[in-house]
Amino acid sequence: MAYTEEELKKQLETKEYEYGFYTEIDSETFPVGLNEEIVKAISKKKNEPKWMTDWRLDAYFTWKSMEEPNWSNLKYAKPNFQDISYYSAPKKKPDLKSLDEVDPELLKTFDKLGISIDEQKRLSGVAMDVVVDSVSVATTFKDTLEEKGIIFCSISEAIQNHPELVRKYIGTVVPKKDNYYAALNSAVFSDGSFCYIPKGVKCPMELSTYFRINQAGTGQFERTLVIADKSSYVSYLEGCTAPSRDENQLHAAVVELIALDDAEIKYSTVQNWFPGDKKGKGGVYNFVTKRGICHERSKISWTQVETGSAVTWKYPSCILKGNNSIGEFYSIAVTNNFQQADTGTKMIHIGKNTKSTIISKGISAGKSQNSYRGLVQISPLAKNARNFSQCDSLLMGNKCGAHTFPYIEVQNKTAQIEHEATTSKIGEDQIFYCNQRGIDTEKAIALIVNGFSKEVLNKLPMEFAVEAQKLLEISLEGSVG
Amino acid sequence: MNFQEKLLDSFIAFEQDVDLLNPIHKDRKDALKRFEELGFPSKKDESWKYTSLKSLVQKDYNLYAKSETNVELKDVKKYLLNDIDSFKIVFIDGVYSPFLSKTTHDGKDICVLSAALSKDKYNKRIKKYFNKVVPSSESLASLNTSYTKEGAYIYIPEGICPEDPVQIMHFSTGNQNSIWLQPRNLIIADKGSKIEVIERHQSLKDHSVVTNSLTEIYAEKNAFVDYYKIQNDLNTSSLIDNTFISQERDSNVSVHTFSFGGKLTRNNLNFYHKGENIQSTLKGITILEANQHVDHNTLVNHAQPNCESHQDYKGIFSDRSVGVFNGKIIVDKIAQKTNAFQQNNNILIDNKSKVNTKPQLEIFADDVKCSHGCTVGQLDKEALFYLKTRGIPEKEAKALLTYAFANNVLESVNIPNLKRRINSLIANKLGVNLGFDL
Repeated sequence: MAYTEEELKKQLETKEYEYGFYTEIDSETFPVGLNEEIVKAISKKKNEPKWMTDWRLDAYFTWKSMEEPNWSNLKYAKPNFQDISYYSAPKKKPDLKSLDEVDPELLKTFDKLGISIDEQKRLSGVAMDVVVDSVSVATTFKDTLEEKGIIFCSISEAIQNHPELVRKYIGTVVPKKDNYYAALNSAVFSDGSFCYIPKGVKCPMELSTYFRINQAGTGQFERTLVIADKSSYVSYLEGCTAPSRDENQLHAAVVELIALDDAEIKYSTVQNWFPGDKKGKGGVYNFVTKRGICHERSKISWTQVETGSAVTWKYPSCILKGNNSIGEFYSIAVTNNFQQADTGTKMIHIGKNTKSTIISKGISAGKSQNSYRGLVQISPLAKNARNFSQCDSLLMGNKCGAHTFPYIEVQNKTAQIEHEATTSKIGEDQIFYCNQRGIDTEKAIALIVNGFSKEVLNKLPMEFAVEAQKLLEISLEGSVG
Repeated sequence: MNFQEKLLDSFIAFEQDVDLLNPIHKDRKDALKRFEELGFPSKKDESWKYTSLKSLVQKDYNLYAKSETNVELKDVKKYLLNDIDSFKIVFIDGVYSPFLSKTTHDGKDICVLSAALSKDKYNKRIKKYFNKVVPSSESLASLNTSYTKEGAYIYIPEGICPEDPVQIMHFSTGNQNSIWLQPRNLIIADKGSKIEVIERHQSLKDHSVVTNSLTEIYAEKNAFVDYYKIQNDLNTSSLIDNTFISQERDSNVSVHTFSFGGKLTRNNLNFYHKGENIQSTLKGITILEANQHVDHNTLVNHAQPNCESHQDYKGIFSDRSVGVFNGKIIVDKIAQKTNAFQQNNNILIDNKSKVNTKPQLEIFADDVKCSHGCTVGQLDKEALFYLKTRGIPEKEAKALLTYAFANNVLESVNIPNLKRRINSLIANKLGVNLGFDL
């Protein structure tokens, strides 16, 4: 494959988003717009108890009184919240015992994506809670999990079947009032995943949700709640690919993690929403609030690979409340063409001897902007807190930008904080070396980028690591030059 | 009437005092308008997130000093560097003191701004430089511009390198209970010239003084500027120090800031690159105690290729003091081969003090080497133990380690006398006598 650079550029520019197709599933969609009635209707539709309806309404009124934030280093057309349909669910909600009962259209969708549920189920041992347009339609491996007492279901089911758990924990990590998009999500969330690991149980498999935004003009408001009870362990995967669309779509999810004493939660994300075309038209707005709380001796680890979305704005955070708790954040954010990302983490040290690690790798190409924004806060009570942060940026071309905004606030003298950041480009000598050994420039870049991101890729579970590596290559194609 | 309104209203009175026909008067009026629009910065402004001016601007201040002052050389001698011959520009309560100063027009201009403004032969130069590097978005800089009247004026012609540093001293006497001073310095180093400047603000009595100072520095081609700021004021004085530096190609400007005192000190230090192959150095040592608050807000705008910048700030905080570092490096698209480095290290001595640090990089060019590092920690316990096993008492051992910690910044001080002075200030601050100079 001996392309000249020009040819290669041309070819890659015309390369369409591979997963850009549209599945026709009969869905029931609410009229566009948001008001009190819509919130009540969503709640009624899902047959929710009164406390939940009230909770949603409270969030709705809070949201109404809030202003849309604009402090980020992002430029985008503000979404019109009255132009979005807040509920869209596949009409036929099949009672699934086997895969045969899944809507064949849907199965085709997964085939196109290259993840046949069948294969996933048998070969990789991953239990998939498949989410198409907000409503969970397939839950597998439930029996295996049930044996261990693990609850893994959609959040609407959890509200029906385990209201005491949901009521106790929902909104405790990300309060309704936390921010504009969290309040919006709290009011209108349509579905999402719920996971509870009982005391002392080590979840035997990686739990996974696959998100897809499907219906044109529908916002996606997922709500995920993961509770790891004392001394339990769970590794949770979340991944997404969205079909190509012209108008911008809003994705405002909330993820709450609760790690009780001695528990460990590993949360991995591969995000590949539609990033917009090469002219910067379309693409998903990804405004997500993700936060976890660590109790005594517990650990939360966030790993994310962000390659998609026109605009990404999220900060998976850890509140290290318990003594000796640990928070980790590993991130790769890749932006190309006109993509923008403002992402990072917050590590709030409250307990004694708390530790946190932040490794963030930003790669910007094309005309994209990539920002790391992070907060490390050591409260006066957090004795012997330890933090290490490292943010590296890689720039390709001189039309993109890489930005770093670390906030470090220390109020305890025993704290040890280190932060370092570097910005560099791929060295010509590195590429030359690869060329010399018969590796073409495109491959060479992929190789170097993989090396650059290795620290983070290594943290991903096996199944994801392969996919993530591929994604990195796809997202950076055409950035040579 | 709050103080902001007072500042706006007093402008009419101020106009009685200045030459309205001078071309810079338009700058004053425009700046006042901008200050009226912008007002004092609040915590909502991102760059003022950790520093609040509220407690300062809620009070009322006099804008003018009483005319009679009776400050004698013996009162201020200890604040001056020893060499008697060097040039000094001394201000008492914002008013120039010819008696304490030593200025010149011989081959170079080291004088006061009011004198330069009043003479036609300087007008062309002042028009060329005055207020050209100050962005209009800064409210406190605008406030200073609108009340431009007095300050230091230094012009070093092509190829001239004065041997001694120039000292710019601002003393406040406390003749009035509270005073708001706004000195304005203009420093121009022409092609291939060299200038060293030491600036200090000092109150002679316990009284409330706020200084909103602005310094413009223009380094022409191949010029060399070495600027030292000593901030060791009494605990009743506050300082907002705005510095804007414009550098032409091959120039080298370094600014050292030593913050050991004052109630609230805010340093806005801004570097703008106008040519290639520029060197900029920003260094600082901050040692604070007793409720003091120092905020270093730096900006280096790399707008041209092949330039270097180097930032190194060290902070030591104890007893409810607050340190803020907000450093920003912007590398524009065309500024390839930029080499920018930023470092901020802090030591917290006790739990009541606080450090907020935010080293930022905004990079738009790809072929650059930019890095920043920032740490918060304590003195190394093992090193401390080692020194103690060698018979060095704890206090001295701690001081030694602190010296070592701050030494990176100290070693680039080029004026031996000043270095000694700062050494003794640090020793004083740490309450030790090491018996030797470092």
